[in-house]
Amino acid sequence: MKVTIDGQEIEVAPGTTILQAARMIGGESVPPAMCYYSKLKGTGGKCRCCLVDVTKGSEADPRPMPKLVASCVTGCQDGMEVASKKSDRVAEARKAVTEFLLINHPLDCPVCDQAGECDLQNLSFEHGKLQQRFIEEKRTFEPEDIGDKIQLHMNRCIVCQRCVEVADQLTDKRVHGVLNRGDHSQISTCVSAAIDNEFSGNMIDVCPVGALTDKTFRFKSRVWFNKPFNAHRECTTPGCCGKTTLWMFGNEIQRVTARKDEYHEVEDFICNTCRFDKKDVADWVIEGPRKFEKDSVINQNKHFGKTEKVVIETEKGILQGRDIDRKKISMAEIDYNEKIDGNPVNGKQNG
Amino acid sequence: MGRKILLDKINVPGIKTYEVYRREGGYASVEKALKKMTPDEVVEEVKTSGLRGRGGAGFPAGMKWSFIDKKSGNPRHLVCNADESEPGTFKDRYLMEYIPHLLIEGMITSSYALGANLSYIYIRGEYMWVYKILERAIAEAKAAGWLGKNILGSGYDLELFVQIGGGAYICGEETALIESLEGNRGNPRLKPPFPAVKGLWQNPTVVNNVETISAVPWIINNSGADYAGIGIGRSTGTKLISASGNIKNQGVYEIELGLSVYEFMNSDEYCGGMQTDRPLKALVPGGSSVPILPANLIYKTAAGEDRLMTYESLSDGGFATGSMLGSGGFIVYDDRACIVRNTWNFSRFYHHESCGQCTPCREGTGWLEKVLWRIENGQGREEDIELLWSIQSKIEGNTICPLGDAASWPVAAAIRHFRDEFEYHIRFPEKVKNRDHFVHEPFEKVKHLIAKQEV
Ligand SMILES: Cc1cc2nc3c(=O)[nH]c(=O)nc-3n(C[C@H](O)[C@H](O)[C@H](O)COP(=O)(O)O)c2cc1C
Ligand code: SF4
Ligand code: SF4
Ligand code: FES
Repeated sequence: MKVTIDGQEIEVAPGTTILQAARMIGGESVPPAMCYYSKLKGTGGKCRCCLVDVTKGSEADPRPMPKLVASCVTGCQDGMEVASKKSDRVAEARKAVTEFLLINHPLDCPVCDQAGECDLQNLSFEHGKLQQRFIEEKRTFEPEDIGDKIQLHMNRCIVCQRCVEVADQLTDKRVHGVLNRGDHSQISTCVSAAIDNEFSGNMIDVCPVGALTDKTFRFKSRVWFNKPFNAHRECTTPGCCGKTTLWMFGNEIQRVTARKDEYHEVEDFICNTCRFDKKDVADWVIEGPRKFEKDSVINQNKHFGKTEKVVIETEKGILQGRDIDRKKISMAEIDYNEKIDGNPVNGKQNG
Repeated sequence: MGRKILLDKINVPGIKTYEVYRREGGYASVEKALKKMTPDEVVEEVKTSGLRGRGGAGFPAGMKWSFIDKKSGNPRHLVCNADESEPGTFKDRYLMEYIPHLLIEGMITSSYALGANLSYIYIRGEYMWVYKILERAIAEAKAAGWLGKNILGSGYDLELFVQIGGGAYICGEETALIESLEGNRGNPRLKPPFPAVKGLWQNPTVVNNVETISAVPWIINNSGADYAGIGIGRSTGTKLISASGNIKNQGVYEIELGLSVYEFMNSDEYCGGMQTDRPLKALVPGGSSVPILPANLIYKTAAGEDRLMTYESLSDGGFATGSMLGSGGFIVYDDRACIVRNTWNFSRFYHHESCGQCTPCREGTGWLEKVLWRIENGQGREEDIELLWSIQSKIEGNTICPLGDAASWPVAAAIRHFRDEFEYHIRFPEKVKNRDHFVHEPFEKVKHLIAKQEV
């Protein structure tokens, strides 16, 4: 079957979804996906990030589809024409979905453990608005302990339900799911501290935001300070591929994750023993450093290209005209002996 | 006097019981269908009748039935949607409570048409007493041989069950209803596949409203053509309307489709006019999710014709000038009603009931509610009207199921037709801090304030 996405034609097998076809083409036309996860069956359709405009239904029925459709769950038809990057309606809708996702999501990236590998960060970078129109109070949840390996920070959850699918598809006793409705929906366990299945750690890998994080790694390091390596070991857990990414700081293995592809989806799931218990270099056969896209934040501090000077335009209103203080934001420009109110800057009063 | 089809026998003493119902000619349609007609003939008859689904969307019932996948060889199911959770709608409960055997008779005839051997009535949990009435009626029907194996010696078997829902509006959406019936969380499924292909337990399934199924016995007894003779154009037959609000006679009425809105509102047979001598301000003709109509569009369409109680006339000209017949929840407001408050109230409902699966509805409905709440409580900002408009337009059409649309339409219509009332709230916050603002000072009286401010 022939499908055209943003003017790029591709031949696909029946049963291929528009998203999969777009991924085959690659590049800018690939719609963002927050809930679809190719390695988990039956995911997709929920987050509505991947909406596209079908401008021609098929050769047999060329009528355009009236509404935007979720590309992750819409199958290709022969002769179908799709606008993704090239449609204003789509751009508008993605902007709207991003805005919706951000209204209740805490904007605390600087203290979130997912910073640097957060899909929502990437989504808002590409599709976000500059202004915030939501002035209401964000909804919050009581912290909950769901087990000794995984930290749940519900305020950050975007209810993509990928973790529920992991629990459904990879673990034998499903103990967690969604409680409540609407924006009160909440990921939770039926009894607190209940998640202990051997494959439960994969929930961490599939979570697109910082709602589920690894208790053995939490706050140890920013991901861009780690160096990722491909590694494997003879794992005896049935169902575990034993192939991982080790996140190293010097010779120390700070974190173990499954290997992820360019869409941040794991290549194969791993067991909790590999993930949480094997933190010794001797446990692993290290294959070599892992490559990431050139502009990935994980590559930060690891390249030597020329960087441009960043000029921060701080709004006058916020500083209320305190221009002297403003200069001090740039520490290099502060005279070591400068005095404030007659006291040296590095004097006692200033700590 | 309009012709009655569903409520014809409602006043016969004891019609709730099997004996009386049967004595009054009940279950004749089952006899006729099973003994004299093939299932396909029953489907044809319903097609001819032009009967449209009474659950809100108005999709032709016979057509829906003909989509059911008979070739797959899988068992088929008929599911009756008795969830009835649309605010302002309370007609199904009336049928089930006062004449329960009518629904059961309809279920048997319809199940026969679809070749379903296992059928369900899914009823909302809050209707516990109705559930008990139905259970009892089913037991009676079974004892009399209308359910079970080899009904009337025709070789047709049918089991009928009633299932109580957990009390969520979203469980009225047909695919969420199926999920709930299977024992899962009531989340809508993605379509396609449609239930007619893969529904309950992945089997071909038809979901129909109580009122739709209850109309089937009359159609089979009398003929589809007779049914199509009632009503106007593509709005055939009769419709139950549950009328509430500031009218003299609130209640459930059966009308022939095509009756004028004016007559329905003002004749003593139906609403009996306004409750007091206060003027009519607005009308929601089809349950909380349909657009509200302002006074000047209630009795006349945009083209200046009389507005009729039909699918077409009520939706005249699209949402800019029309609304929808929906589920028939007819809500009337006089000039004391505050449209902002009413819209907030509806929004609160949709926020509370959103299943939370998809982003625009999960996040957007909450946002709408919060902004509306602020405006209603005298904390609105000038840009909030544009903001509301923007939020609702980003929800509509971008969600998995129509709940997102249902949440956005009332807001859009309120802004479209009553924008000045929103402005009034924002410009005169001190006046609206009192909940009853328009009770003491109807909007018409204070309207001049907005105009003055603009000069
Ligand atoms: C959010 C939502 C709630 C609904 N609630 C009901 C309901 O309570 N009762 C009902 O009959 N239909 C309800 N519907 C419509 C059903 O999905 C479905 O269209 C209907 O039951 C089909 O029956 P009909 O063809 O006889 O109208 C609802 C739809 C949506 C989107
Ligand atoms: S916890 Fe993470 S993976 Fe689970 S639903 Fe929330 S955002 Fe998705
Ligand atoms: S539109 Fe609302 S109710 Fe429907 S699936 Fe999405 S979140 Fe659930
Ligand atoms: S990725 Fe398609 S809807 Fe979420």
